[in-house]
Amino acid sequence: MASLKELKGRINSVKSTQKITKAKQMVAAAKLRKAQAAAESARPYAARLAEVMGSLASKITVSENSPKLLAGTGSDQVHLLVVANSDKGLCGAFNSNIVRAARAKAKELEAQGKTVLFYLIGRKGRAVIKREYPKQIVHMFDTTGVREAGFNEAEQVADELVAMYDQGKFDIAHLFYAKFRSALVQEPTSQQIIPVPAPAAGAVKGGDAVTEYEPEEEEILAALLPRYLKTQIFGALLENAASEQGASMTAMDNATRNAGDLINKLTIQYNRSRQAAITTELVEIIAGAEAL
Amino acid sequence: MALHFELVTPAKLVRSEDVHMVVVPGTEGEFGVLAGHAPFMSTIADGALKVYKTENGAPEEIRITGGFAEVGDAGLTVLAEHVEA
Repeated sequence: MASLKELKGRINSVKSTQKITKAKQMVAAAKLRKAQAAAESARPYAARLAEVMGSLASKITVSENSPKLLAGTGSDQVHLLVVANSDKGLCGAFNSNIVRAARAKAKELEAQGKTVLFYLIGRKGRAVIKREYPKQIVHMFDTTGVREAGFNEAEQVADELVAMYDQGKFDIAHLFYAKFRSALVQEPTSQQIIPVPAPAAGAVKGGDAVTEYEPEEEEILAALLPRYLKTQIFGALLENAASEQGASMTAMDNATRNAGDLINKLTIQYNRSRQAAITTELVEIIAGAEAL
Repeated sequence: MALHFELVTPAKLVRSEDVHMVVVPGTEGEFGVLAGHAPFMSTIADGALKVYKTENGAPEEIRITGGFAEVGDAGLTVLAEHVEA
């Protein structure tokens, strides 16, 4: 049985833990709102670009002369898994869920005899993947220098990916991130980003007027493909940021509640042992008095 | 008649307003867009957009990089990767 002093110490330590988790929860809630707003304001660009890509793609048939980013290398031997994680912890199973999805995909591809490479964004997923696939990590993109991953980071990632693709280092790239559904639900998602999946041809709008292109459709498409890739990665980073905060909020809410439960339990235990000590003392006094 | 002009970057919608004319530095030459322009798509060289709020007013310049212009029934939409106000 722990002494009264020990119990008091534990109650205090749990209380200060609770303060930390509560603060982190509130910070996450505020950041979540910001991340959601950022995701919201990125939507018009992505939507417009997808629209343009759709209408361009509907006019062009994919052939051998199409840009490699669209048509592929003609092989599917080497797969690159781009895994986006967060830099900070305290967000529950957020990072491990993404890593698990990536690992499942890696296993599946390796079972088919494909080569799997990793490109990691963010700090948190590194250790796990490094342990299991130490030789297959191509690059670890560092986002610890910036407060929030923004379009500049997405641009750098996309440029590196395209450069590697042009050098023939991989044939197909998949992107892993967590899609934000709500503060409670974040879905680990995998998405093929290279070759760019042909966007669904949108309903042609603009009436009967024939759109003129300058330069030719194919050249515009070739210029837009890398941008489309950047937008996709940017979108994924934003979703990831929102998901991280959501997961963090939920995890910290749970932690705060658990700490509260623990404090209640410890307090009851503390009171019991205090009462027991008092009772023993009384019994001793009474027994002593009676003996006289 | 006013031209509806939208300037969008990946981070946000920078402009959405009605203007008189916008001169765009297309990769194959500058072109001006007035209201009622025929549907048109072009990539944009890195440079300055000239926005004329009124017919005789002085143009406002917006420097953009990595741009793409689309003219449709809804007006002119410029997608740019980076914008310097």
